[in-house]
Amino acid sequence: MQNNKSKYQKMVEKSSPNTNLFLNCLNAFWSGGLICVIGQFITNSLLNFGCDLEISRTLTSIILIFIGILLTGFGIYDEIGKIAGAGSVVPITGFANSVAAPALEFKKEGFIFGVGAKMFIIAGPVIVYSTLTSVLVGIIYYLSK
Amino acid sequence: MDYLNAFWVGGVICVIGQILIDKTKITSARILVLFVVIGCILGGFDLYDKLISYAGAGAAVPLPGFGNLLANGVKEEIDSEGAIGILTGGLKAGAAGITAAVIFSLLNALIFDPKEK
Repeated sequence: MQNNKSKYQKMVEKSSPNTNLFLNCLNAFWSGGLICVIGQFITNSLLNFGCDLEISRTLTSIILIFIGILLTGFGIYDEIGKIAGAGSVVPITGFANSVAAPALEFKKEGFIFGVGAKMFIIAGPVIVYSTLTSVLVGIIYYLSK
Repeated sequence: MDYLNAFWVGGVICVIGQILIDKTKITSARILVLFVVIGCILGGFDLYDKLISYAGAGAAVPLPGFGNLLANGVKEEIDSEGAIGILTGGLKAGAAGITAAVIFSLLNALIFDPKEK
C-alpha cells in the first residue's frame, strides 16, 4: 500500500493551498447552490407525486446520496470536486462521496478490512460526533421539558 | 422563488466551508464533522428548522441539515418514548442517510474498480 491517504483527502488538499480565495468561493457558491437546487427540484417533484414533506426530504437525501455515489464510481465526482471545492464537500453528496471513495479505493484490500473498514474513515468521525451531539441535545431537551 | 432561496442559501453554506478550508487548517474531512455537529446544535435550539422553512433544500441538503435531522429525531423520540429517546432518537432519524450511503457504497465497490492514476 503506497498511500494511506484516501483519494478524497488528496482531492481536497490539492485544492487547498495558495489558490485564489475569491474564485474558490465563487465556484463553491454556484456549484453548492446548484446541488441544492437539484435537491429542491427532487423534493418538489416528490411533493407533486403526493408524498408528504418529511418523506420527500428523506427521499431527496437518499436520491442525492445515490447520485453522489454513482458519480464517485464513474470517477466524475472527483473531477467535479476539483472545480467545486467545498461546493462538492458540504452538500449531502459530499458525505456520500466520503463513504464511497475510500470504499472503492481500498477494494484491493478485500471486502472486510478494505471496503468495509475504510468506508468509515471519514463517515466514522461524522457519525461519532453527531451522535454525541444528538445525545447532549437530548439530555438538555429532556431536562428542560 | 423556492429555487432561488435554495440556491443562494445552499451556496452561502458552501462558501463558509470553502473559506474555512482555504483560510484555516481545517481539512474537508473536518468540515464534514464540524458542519454536522453545528447543524445538530442549531437544531437543538430550534434555529435550523427556521432556515429550512425559508430555504428548503438549500438548508436541508447541506450537511448541517443532517445534524438538524438528528436533533429533531432525538426531541421527537423523547416526546413519544421518554428518556430512552435520548439514546435512540438521533441515529434513528439519521438511519436512512447512513444506510443508503453504506449500501450504495458497497454496491458501488462491487461494480466499479478504482481508477488507475
